[in-house]
Amino acid sequence: MNEWDDMITREDVEHIGWLASIEIDDEEKDELVEHFNSILDYFHQLDEVDTEGVEPTYRVVDLANVFRDDAASSSLSIEQALKNAPRRENGYFKSPRIV
Amino acid sequence: MEDVIIGLEIHVQLNRLASKMFCNCSTAYHNSPPNSHTCPVCLGLPGSLPVINRKAVEYGIKVGLALSCKIEEETLFYRKNYYYPDLPKGFQISQYDFPLATNGHIMILGDDGAERNIRINRAHMEEDPGRLVHAGTIDKAKYTMVDYNRCGMPLLEVVTEPDLTSPKEARAFLDKLKSILEYLEVFDGSLEGAMRVDANISLKGGDRSEVKNISGFKGVEKALSYEITRQKNLQRRNIKVVQETRHFDEIRNITVSIRSKVGAHDYRYFPECDLAVLRIASWVPEIKAALPELPDAKRERFVRQYGLTDDHAKSLTSEIKVANFYEAVAAQAAPRLAAVWIADVLKGELNYRDQTIEIFKEEHMAEIVGMLEKSQITEDGAVQIIRALLDKKGGSPGEIVKSLGLGKAEDDAVQKAVREAVAECAAAVADYRAGSERALNFIVGQVMKKTRGKADAGEVHRLVKAEVEKS
Amino acid sequence: MLRDLIERLRDGAAEEYLSRLYERIEKSRLNGFTTLAKESALEEARRFDKSPGQGLLSGLPIAIKECISTRGIETNCSSNILRGYIPPYDAHVIERLKAEGAIIMGKTNMDEFAMGTSTETSCFGPTRNPWDIDTVPGGSSGGSAAVVAGGEAPCSLGSDTGGSVRCPASFCGIVGLKPTYGLVSRYGLVAYANSLEQIGPLTHTVEDTALLLQVISGHDARDSTSAPRPGQSYLEGLDEGVAGMKIGIPREYFGEGVAPAVEKAVWEGIHTLESLGASWQEVSLPHTRYALAAYYVVAMSEASSNLARFDGLRYGLREGEDKDWHTTFSAIRAKGFGPEVKRRIMLGTYALSAGYYGRYYLKALKVRTLIKEDFLRAFKEVDILVSPTMPIPAFKIGERINDPLSLYMADVFTVPINLAGVPAISLPCGFDGRLPVGLQIIGPHFGEGAVLKAAQAFESATPFHEAKPEVV
Repeated sequence: MNEWDDMITREDVEHIGWLASIEIDDEEKDELVEHFNSILDYFHQLDEVDTEGVEPTYRVVDLANVFRDDAASSSLSIEQALKNAPRRENGYFKSPRIV
Repeated sequence: MEDVIIGLEIHVQLNRLASKMFCNCSTAYHNSPPNSHTCPVCLGLPGSLPVINRKAVEYGIKVGLALSCKIEEETLFYRKNYYYPDLPKGFQISQYDFPLATNGHIMILGDDGAERNIRINRAHMEEDPGRLVHAGTIDKAKYTMVDYNRCGMPLLEVVTEPDLTSPKEARAFLDKLKSILEYLEVFDGSLEGAMRVDANISLKGGDRSEVKNISGFKGVEKALSYEITRQKNLQRRNIKVVQETRHFDEIRNITVSIRSKVGAHDYRYFPECDLAVLRIASWVPEIKAALPELPDAKRERFVRQYGLTDDHAKSLTSEIKVANFYEAVAAQAAPRLAAVWIADVLKGELNYRDQTIEIFKEEHMAEIVGMLEKSQITEDGAVQIIRALLDKKGGSPGEIVKSLGLGKAEDDAVQKAVREAVAECAAAVADYRAGSERALNFIVGQVMKKTRGKADAGEVHRLVKAEVEKS
Repeated sequence: MLRDLIERLRDGAAEEYLSRLYERIEKSRLNGFTTLAKESALEEARRFDKSPGQGLLSGLPIAIKECISTRGIETNCSSNILRGYIPPYDAHVIERLKAEGAIIMGKTNMDEFAMGTSTETSCFGPTRNPWDIDTVPGGSSGGSAAVVAGGEAPCSLGSDTGGSVRCPASFCGIVGLKPTYGLVSRYGLVAYANSLEQIGPLTHTVEDTALLLQVISGHDARDSTSAPRPGQSYLEGLDEGVAGMKIGIPREYFGEGVAPAVEKAVWEGIHTLESLGASWQEVSLPHTRYALAAYYVVAMSEASSNLARFDGLRYGLREGEDKDWHTTFSAIRAKGFGPEVKRRIMLGTYALSAGYYGRYYLKALKVRTLIKEDFLRAFKEVDILVSPTMPIPAFKIGERINDPLSLYMADVFTVPINLAGVPAISLPCGFDGRLPVGLQIIGPHFGEGAVLKAAQAFESATPFHEAKPEVV
């Protein structure tokens, strides 16, 4: 009836974990496959609804052209900006290496 | 170049705005300590929300129109979702469907000397991420430092169709784009990070590689040249070029692969519902009417109005500051002569000293051209004056002429001195008539003494000879 | 109730009142508060006693849900990944409260990142319902509701994405309002699903809610979704009554799945309103049964993006040796987020991913349009809608937490309101044994006036707002 490949596999779960930047161990992977499939199955109800010609609602209130003026005002102090930084050095946020 | 296909994505910082794209932080962060220009919004603190800078949108429309694009009637922002340390929200607010401007073009001079039309696919608005500082090179550093001063700066991304066919053409395109942007006064190209380029390059029939985040136009040319060589080598050995992202190493002048997962770029774009849509069709006529004269039009006018050669006109209009400088001088001094001295001499001297035209006064150039016109100084003298001013020896051209003794003596005065000397050196005249060249030189020397060396030696020689042979 | 309290506090009683509250909290078993701002709050109260200000809320202590940014006071959304985060700025609503002289007394427990219906996913453990400490207080603003119902705070603020103010109000027998989307600024509300959520008050009486709404609502230039309307007085005309008001009873909100005691109490409520001069008629909101699925797809998708900023670089959890950034961030997020949050982020990521965007996210947004149109159509015929807030009273702690889908189902009558962006209030209308039952009154966009009027009329004619749980 539908052209979608609906079942989530373990590989899909791995890929999603990678995309979402969340590490998943093997045990969790199996749990998640089951869990995701049951939730997605529930979501498939939406297929029953005829939405031909219906515009999606991204925003419930129709506002347009909301702006601010191009005027600079004061920023946080360096200390305030770094206040919650778990690791820092010389005024920079210290990040893990890139590769 | 045959079989070379190049497309560019250029990120232009609209750094002449006073505040960032979505918050009120000042854009004047260059030369400031790290993380001194941030706020809850551009730091992406939990609970913060973006608000659009109206002027940034105006600038975006300006650029779109200058590139002959169609401006979208209703445009909106999207979230581009990906993780990276320089992206505090874990997404970049950018545009996807219905971008601000589409379907434009820029004319450049192709490698073969003919004009080429390079198509612009789109120009859209987005925010800059922060800046990463690596302890060493990107692939060897033990850790990375992050400065969010740049985060949230207003960017315009300009994307070309893959119409470019050589590194040189890519360079020409970038020069032209930069020139147009400076004409529009939406950006200062001299600031660090003002323009960053991603280049896509492939050889006919092969996959393309992307070289990201190249700053500096020389870097773009080098990176592309390196890539062409690399890809041609692979082709020759029948090895397939892998579609991948590479980084340009400025120190080693090579591109290196940033190992990224194939098919990894799933940005999961969806509309940014913290922002309202933009309905801007009504802004276009006013902005269009207020557009300044752009480089191509100015070049044509210079040829027409001032009678310049196409080469001079091109040289004088490639930068708006030079063009304005020229016109100010041409209003006070001979335009064709001014063109020669600005395009052929001043620009060269500035280049050599790594200086820009702002440090030279228009009145000074006008004075110099005026003196040349009236033969009050020699060409050599003019060059010396220009150099003296650039080397900050101080004073005005007139003063320098006096202090360096560069004044060309008046023709009348020289003529007078010649007649006097010939009359006084009767013996020498007789010796010359008897065949002695040295005698003529002696008389020339007397004239030079009389004019205190201000006469042109060659000219004096000619005049003395003529005078002697007269009688 | 608050207006009387504020009057009494002006007699130099602020510090004493607040101290007694803190004493009570110390002995409490509710686990409603996560952070107490004792020092600063008592200091404020002392200053107020010396020179009382003129603000609408002068000297009044208020409890704030964990996910609302409070400058200098830890804001962690009841999540390990944000423990220790101290914001350098106040949310707009906090600025408004402070401008009127209110005193921020502390932060309250919630479901982690507002994802839940029972306050059981909090990293601080569940909050307990003062009516029965083995039951849940509802969620995600369970802490905010429990402390008010339990007499530990005179009022509080919560946030409502899919029912998170109304559900705990219903389970704890107090008043809770979700304003029209855009009426109250979200600047400073840590986002879960940004196209759905609003900050709302939790109080003992309707008048108290009207007072707080008046203070926190109104345009804020820092929130681009903020409705361009000035604040208005919700106290004015509150007692006008419901004579002539037309009430719609949506048939999809009754019948199967609704506990008999709940249905009974709600119908009695409808008849009470009728006796006060309103008339009622049945209406239909035909797309109601798809609202849960549409809501969860939209909410999870937005959440996957809104929670992407938590990586341990600028704030929050960071421990162990750094490896490469992707490995490090992934490990932090795995450790710092609870299981429900991780599941929603991942499902949301999936729903937005290449190839699935049209199938899930876009589809859900189209269904959302149809749900919104259901409401618009109904409000052409009637002034307000009345329904149960929750299909059931509070359930036992631990009963549903291991079956996420069954938890999601409890939101069936609250989520359509968020999808449509309309306002709705929950107020107590009876009991199921010892457990409170909530009546939901729904209004058209920016129809808070009608909603509050109807609620006030109902409250004035019933005793439920006076019932208090025994002190535990």
